[in-house]
Amino acid sequence: MAVANVRISVPSREAAGPPISEAPMVEIEHLSLWYGSKLALKDITMSVPKHRVTAFIGPSGCGKTTLLRCLNRMNDLVDGVRIAGTIRIGGTDVSDPALEVTELRKRVGMVFQKSNPFPKSIFENVAYGPRILGVRSRSDLDATVERSLRAAALWEEVADRLDDSALGLSGGQQQRLCIARAIAVEPDVLLMDEPCSALDPIATGRIEELMLELKASYTIVIVTHNMQQAARVSDYTGFMLLGELVEFGLTRELFTNPRDPRTEAYITGRFG
Amino acid sequence: MTSLRRLWRSGEPFVWLTGAALAVALIMVAGLVLLIVVNGAGFFWPKRIVRVTLDDGQRLTGQVTQREAIPAAPGRYRIKLRVANRDLYGADFVWVDEARILGREYPAGAALIERVEWGPLIGTVEEIREDGQVIARGEQAWPALRARLREARRLRREIRRVEKGDLGAINSAQEQVRLRLKGLELRGVTSGDAVDRLRREIPTLQDRYALHEGRVAELRAQQRSSVVVAADGGKQKELPLAQVVDAYRPNAMGPVAKSLAYAGNVWEFVADDPRESNTEGGVFPAIFGTVMMVLIMSVVVTPLGVLAAFYLREYAGQGPFVSAVRIAVNNLAGVPSIVFGVFGVGFFIYVVGGTLDRLFYPEALPTPTFGTGGILWASLTLALLTVPVVIVATEEGLAAVPRGTREASLALGATKLETTLRVVLPAVMPSILTGLILAMARAAGEVAPLMITGVVKLAPALPIDSAWPFLHLDRKFMHLGFHIYDVGFQSPNVDAARPMVFATTLLLLLIVMLLNLAAMTLRNRLRRRYATGAI
Repeated sequence: MAVANVRISVPSREAAGPPISEAPMVEIEHLSLWYGSKLALKDITMSVPKHRVTAFIGPSGCGKTTLLRCLNRMNDLVDGVRIAGTIRIGGTDVSDPALEVTELRKRVGMVFQKSNPFPKSIFENVAYGPRILGVRSRSDLDATVERSLRAAALWEEVADRLDDSALGLSGGQQQRLCIARAIAVEPDVLLMDEPCSALDPIATGRIEELMLELKASYTIVIVTHNMQQAARVSDYTGFMLLGELVEFGLTRELFTNPRDPRTEAYITGRFG
Repeated sequence: MTSLRRLWRSGEPFVWLTGAALAVALIMVAGLVLLIVVNGAGFFWPKRIVRVTLDDGQRLTGQVTQREAIPAAPGRYRIKLRVANRDLYGADFVWVDEARILGREYPAGAALIERVEWGPLIGTVEEIREDGQVIARGEQAWPALRARLREARRLRREIRRVEKGDLGAINSAQEQVRLRLKGLELRGVTSGDAVDRLRREIPTLQDRYALHEGRVAELRAQQRSSVVVAADGGKQKELPLAQVVDAYRPNAMGPVAKSLAYAGNVWEFVADDPRESNTEGGVFPAIFGTVMMVLIMSVVVTPLGVLAAFYLREYAGQGPFVSAVRIAVNNLAGVPSIVFGVFGVGFFIYVVGGTLDRLFYPEALPTPTFGTGGILWASLTLALLTVPVVIVATEEGLAAVPRGTREASLALGATKLETTLRVVLPAVMPSILTGLILAMARAAGEVAPLMITGVVKLAPALPIDSAWPFLHLDRKFMHLGFHIYDVGFQSPNVDAARPMVFATTLLLLLIVMLLNLAAMTLRNRLRRRYATGAI
């Protein structure tokens, strides 16, 4: 896939909100993305602050998942994708062709919409990332697995059956296992793509609590359909529509005092 | 009309139709298995020996093997009597019209003696002799026979061990020396150290040969006993004990003794070499050949099929060309097996084997080493035959691995290769084993391609033995499927061979079942470990 660092001629829509004063972890500048000839992301410029939860909301097909998958270059796997603009994570240019994509993905973890544990034991699921990184010592792996499972609030439930298949867990447990797996390699950023859309309200509540705990150590970017969820867990929210970042700012302000009429229409339920 | 319509709309007739189809299929399979089991397993049971007196005063002693209506004579039956004693009467079997039978009795003294040659002997044991002197007579003869039989068997086994093992090893060592001398000669070396050393080995080997030969002669000299059996029609037969495989009196045996004899017969069938152009004795070399061929085939076909499937599904760009390849691979599974056999002969044996012979075994030429049928070429031919099955099963398994699973691995920073090896391969393991099970089942039952790539009616040696290099992939081998064909349809004594056919068929079924069971157990264990939904 060709990643060009080219400025493009889509009319620039400078910052959809007031500049964010906190230290940025992810900086996105003039990012556009095409699936074949279809423009899916239009000139997005924003920055995600460190150790905060940032949410993307918007109707289906607005490009929020595509934007999320740009951050760990998972879009590389899709044929016919073309990207313009820059993304910097912790100061490193992500779209630099010289950058090993596997190195990037070790720094940017991801949790998917549908829980996707490997068909392996619970232990092996969590130990997978560290093993890829070359950790061989059993005691190191044991420590990492326990730490990650504790951080994902799953340790108490699975401590006595680490060797059982991960596919025997409930949906909510599987999703927390995926979170544990993602944080086992201690990434800087944790991407979450609608992590609760397949879960019941109780499991959802647990994951949301978990996010609030995890933001002390990780920068979290979450995509969600659920505006209440965004309001509950996120510090910053971006509203996207048809590939555009319409508005981005403090969650509290975006929900109570939206500046763009389209944002207001969406959050009051007039469309979407 | 409306009720008929209602019946049709209820779907009930269709349920019955589908159920009936399944029932027919099941009945056919169950009938097949039952027929084979009854005919095959019954063969080893010691049947009682009947002595019939006919209306003309003639007496016949033998085992009833069959009873059927006489054609064109309603209400009348005839029985087929196995009177054995081929060397005395000329035929093993006699048809007897039941109407001519005046009386039947089951004499307790009637014995069935299995011999090394000429099929079994049925009659009454009269005397035991040693060096022509009568040792035991009448009532004492039978216990004396049983007592001496054990020693006679031990001697026979010992002689065979020396002949096949020790003498065989020396023979092959001599052949090695001859070939090495010839090899040196081909390179223009006809004198010097190397040649002298080889030449010096020959007398040593010959001495050792003579030594073992002396041992065999000594053992043979110990075989001095013989048994005298009286048969119908006042005939008498003196049989050296060295020729007796087993002897029992079925009419005097209780259920326990019969069961023991049954177990012994089954063991002989499974563990012994064939005798009498395969119509007697065991089928051990055929079992060994079948299992070994299937194993070699599995070792070849699994990696080949799995790698090909991985390329097709994981790496090749999905387009019309790959679709065409996939269709071609699927259709390859439907090509008649003899076509693969012809390819095996034309390519593996003539081209590959011929080249190997020219490069590595020139001293043995014109006798081919790999340039003729052998277990390696037969296995490779079958691997080719079954590779589509493995490819298709593996591909289906790969298609069933969720995209999310691969993405999860990639998102953790794993490369595509790491993802394939660490996540995808374990997940498709059950599918690979499914493919292997199907491949093994097909390979174990295939006969046609084997007949031209290395199977023989009687192989002189197993593909594995104690002579260097222990595994002889160039050797011809025996196979149960071919054995069935050979015994059943190429045998000079069809009536005697028929039970063998069923017994061998039953054995082949059991072996295929066992191989499948082993693979299935492995697959289920893997599945339980990963609890995946993949096939």
